[in-house]
This record gives sequence, structure tokens and C-alpha cells, in this order.
Amino acid sequence: MTSANPFPAPSSGGRARVPKWGDRTFFAVTAAGAVGVVGLLIAFVVVLYWGAQPAIEMLGPSFLYTKTWNPSGEVYGILPFVAGTLITSFLALLIAIPLSLGAALFLTQHAPAWIRGPVGQVIELLAAIPSVIYGFWGLIVLVPIMRYTIEPNLWYYFGWTGLFSPLFLGLDVLSASVVLSIMTIPTITAISRDSIAAVPRSQKEAAISLGATDWEVSRHAVLPYARNGIVAGVTLGLGRALGETMAVALLIGGRNAIPANLFSQGQTITSLIATDFFEAANPTEVPALIEMGLFLLILTLVINLGARVVLSRFQAGRGVGVE
Amino acid sequence: MNFDRAVRRKLFSHGMTVLSGLAIVVILVPLASVIYTAVVLGSSSLSYGFFTQPLPVPCTPHLGVSCPTGGVAPALEGTLILIGLSSLFSVPLGVGAAIFSVEYGGERAGARIIGLVADVLSGVPSIVAGVFVYILILYYDPAIVFSTLSGSLALALIMVPIVTRTSEEALRTIPQSVREAALALGISRWKTSVRIVLVGALPGILTGILLSIARSAGEAAPLLLVLGNGCPHPFEGIYQEGCALSLWIYLGATSPDQNWIALAWGAALLLVALVLGLSLVTRLVLNRMARRWKGSE
Repeated sequence: MTSANPFPAPSSGGRARVPKWGDRTFFAVTAAGAVGVVGLLIAFVVVLYWGAQPAIEMLGPSFLYTKTWNPSGEVYGILPFVAGTLITSFLALLIAIPLSLGAALFLTQHAPAWIRGPVGQVIELLAAIPSVIYGFWGLIVLVPIMRYTIEPNLWYYFGWTGLFSPLFLGLDVLSASVVLSIMTIPTITAISRDSIAAVPRSQKEAAISLGATDWEVSRHAVLPYARNGIVAGVTLGLGRALGETMAVALLIGGRNAIPANLFSQGQTITSLIATDFFEAANPTEVPALIEMGLFLLILTLVINLGARVVLSRFQAGRGVGVE
Repeated sequence: MNFDRAVRRKLFSHGMTVLSGLAIVVILVPLASVIYTAVVLGSSSLSYGFFTQPLPVPCTPHLGVSCPTGGVAPALEGTLILIGLSSLFSVPLGVGAAIFSVEYGGERAGARIIGLVADVLSGVPSIVAGVFVYILILYYDPAIVFSTLSGSLALALIMVPIVTRTSEEALRTIPQSVREAALALGISRWKTSVRIVLVGALPGILTGILLSIARSAGEAAPLLLVLGNGCPHPFEGIYQEGCALSLWIYLGATSPDQNWIALAWGAALLLVALVLGLSLVTRLVLNRMARRWKGSE
């Protein structure tokens, strides 16, 4: 190793030298890293399955459709938490998608360069703020606004939809969803912006030459072309929302039942694991919580894998596409 | 009639432009509000004692006895130790995998798998990483389930995919011609990788590590499961219960004690400054990196 002669004598024979031990060792070490990373993914599933096994054996498939979670009676059903997770995540997307798409369109189509760069970076900073701080901020700032302003107005104007109730606490499914939407916006905006920016200029020019207005260009020429990338971005945002823990645990109110409306308290898979793991009233509750973790893991793996495959295909296509 | 329609379309288009601009404003309001709140509520508890004192014992001021203010020293200490340890676990693994993927993978499918796996791993909810480490350590030695060691392992799991992905990107910015030039000079392959490619990509890899530190420093969910909340001061070793700023913010936020809540805002300000500072630095460096190699291709 000490003889680092950069100009070794040319080796005899036409073919490349046989790799030396240095090359082999280096290959082995880095290959171990690669195997480790891939193995990690498999280990996640195997270890969680192993930890959840007592619950899987005890509960069987009833775990998936039972509507109650009662540790002292050893009744464990995931349904209220799946409901809580899905409702908060989809509501978060409902709020986040129009805002993110609007921002992505504005940044790519309308904003001058001196806005585009800095504002894009600042929006990505939103993703850097820790979940627990969003939760803490939500408790102090968002909850009062929801309780005294937004929820009474929603009830007054839209109470007839049955989505709301006249009990305004601010610590509920809606508040959790609003904070989740703030946390998913950077993901969706960044990926939508990149896929919109990758739309070939000719696509836009064709629409402009037909006399389309700015909006019609975006609506009919740009957005359809960027659709796959946008869908992938939204899916990744969904993955993030499903797995968020601390902000939701602080804001959702913590009630182990299917939320009756958007002003009800609820619980998500993650927030239940966070709050109940140590207050397990019954030793059988921990494996049941681990089984919920396994359920969430598989759900997010499938969602992320889908989104990444779409994105990588889209990125591969971009290399060949017309600029 | 036709003219009307054209005007309507134009107006509608302008309206949509204004709306999309408004979307940006709406998005930026929470960011501004979070930072403003952290600065306003957190700055009042910043003092010398804030950085050096142990956490206050829970206490309600009554009968004329005021509570000791305390500080977040063990949490700050704990976060720094957690960052160090989890980097120690995750960086070799992530950088190794990235080198393998870029230097040996070439165009083979095997190389793509590593990037894909890293991407999928980065989508694993952080609390699941906590559950994972909890099960493993409980099996290994139940006495150290709640410890700084477990906490740093959980954070390392969150860092690995970020380090892998950013290192991979950094290594790919080194033009192929540089590698070919080195090999043509007779430099062995691994020395090319280490002394030329890795050194060239080092700023990018370091920023990736910083980015992953920024992410893991803010994680509280996995720590809630495996760190414990002993918060000893001074630090008692990695096999004992530990303490972290992020976890302590959660404990402060859920506490009825005004003193704790105030301190938790101080901790939140510290954490926001740390995380945003790290993110800003990494972005600046990454942008510069991207520009540096552009000319040489």
C-alpha cells in the first residue's frame, strides 16, 4: 500500500491485470455495504413479522376487521386506526394537492427566475422542519384558530353535509389533517415542479400556436404530459402522511374509535403505537401494536415502490426525450 | 360573441395565474408562522443556564415557592451523542453501498436495485424503525432496550437511505473520463475509487451526511420507543437511558408544567435553527457542486 507509484511498468500480456488483493478487498467491503442496505429492507419485514407473531397467532385475520381496541379484554382490531390513518391522509392530500400543483405551475410557468430558485428552496425547507415541532406549533397556534374560527364557520355553512359536529375542540381529525397537509406539500410540490419542468418546450409551443391562453396551455398541454410524475409525487406525499407520527399524536385527540366526523377525536396507526407502546395494559398488546407496525410497513413499502418505479421510468424517459 | 369568449378565456387564465401565485403565499404562511412562533416563544428561555443546567423537576409554583428554571443541557448533549453514534453506524454502510452501486454496478440492473431500495427505505415510517430496533434489542439484551445505543441505531436506520442516495448522486457527478484517465495511468481500480472519485465527490457526500443528520436530529417518534426518558445529567454512557432535544420537545409539549413548556420552546428554537442551518448549508454546497463539474463534461 505504501508504494503508490502512479507510473508502474506496463504489465506484460495484452489483457488487463488480474485484480490485486486491494481491488478484491475494496470490492468485498463495498459489496457488503450494498448487501447490508438491501438486507435492511428484508430485515424490516422479517423482524416485524417475527415480533408480531404472537399477535398474528392469537388474533388471526379478525385483527383486520375488528372495530374495537380493548387491551384489558384482549380484543385488538386495527379498523379504527386504519380509518383514522386513511381519513387524515386523504384529507391532507385533498388540501395539499391543489396548493402544491398551483405552486408548481406558478414556479415553472409564470415566476421569473429570481423568484423560482429561492422560493422553490424555501418550500423545500418546509420538509426539513421536524414533525414534533409542527405538532407543538399546531397545539399553540393552529388549535385555537381551528377551535374559534374555522370550525364554527365550517359548521355554520357546511353543517348540513354531516361531515362536522357542533363540538369545537380543535384537537381532532381535521387539525391533524391540516398539519399533515403542510408536511406533504413540499414533497408533492418538488416532484410536480420537476416533472412539469421536464415537459418539452415543443409541447407548450404547439398549444400556444393554436391560440391557447396560459391556463389552457397548462391544463391541456403541460399537466397531462407531466401526469405520471405528479401522480408519483402525490403517492410519495401519501406515503409520508401515512407514516407521520409526532404531529398527529399531538393533535388528533387520541380516541380509539372510528371518527364519526371531521371534528371527532381519533387515532392513527402511528399515533397509537407512539402513545400506547409503554402504557400497554396487557402484555399481549405489544405484539398487537407491532402487528399494526407491520401492516403500516407493508402499506408504505407498496406505495413507495409503486411511486419510485413510475418515477424512475419517467426519469429514464426524460434522458431520451426532446429538450 | 366570439370576442366575449376570448376575453373570458383570457380573464380566466389570468385568474388561474393569480390563484397559483396565491398558493405559494398560502404554503409559505405556515413556514413563517412556525419560525416566528419558535423565535418569539423560544428566545425568552435562552440564557447561559439554558445550555448548562439539567432539566427541571416537574413542579408547580405555589405557596410562594418558585420553581427552578433549569435548562436543556442533557437533551442537547444527548442529541449530539446520538448524531455522532448514528453517523458512525450509517455512514460506512451508506457510502459503501453507494460506491458499490456507482463504481461496480455500471449499467447493470443490480446497481439500480440499490438506488431503488434506498428510495423505498426512505419511505419507511420512522416509528417503524423504532419498533424494529425495539424488537431486535429486546431479543439481544432486554436490559439495554431503552438506551442511547438503541436510539442511535434507530436514527441510523433513518439515515442510511439518505446517505446512500446522496452519496450515489455525488459519485455520479464525477465524469467517467476522470476514472478512465486514472485507469489509463495504471492506477489500480480501488485507488482510483478512493483517491480520485471519492475525494472528488467528498463535498457532495459530506453534504448528504449533513442532510441525513438534519433529518435524524429532528426525529422524535423512534426515540419515543427506544431512548427512554431518563435524561441523566451528566451523560451516563450509551447503555443507559438517554435524552434528546426532539423527544424532550414532545415531553414538554404534553406536560401541564408552564416551566417545561417554555423550555420546550427554547429547545424547539434550538432544533429549528440546527435543522434549517444544516439544510441551508447543504443546499448551497450541493448547488455549487452541480455547477463545478458541469463544465468538464
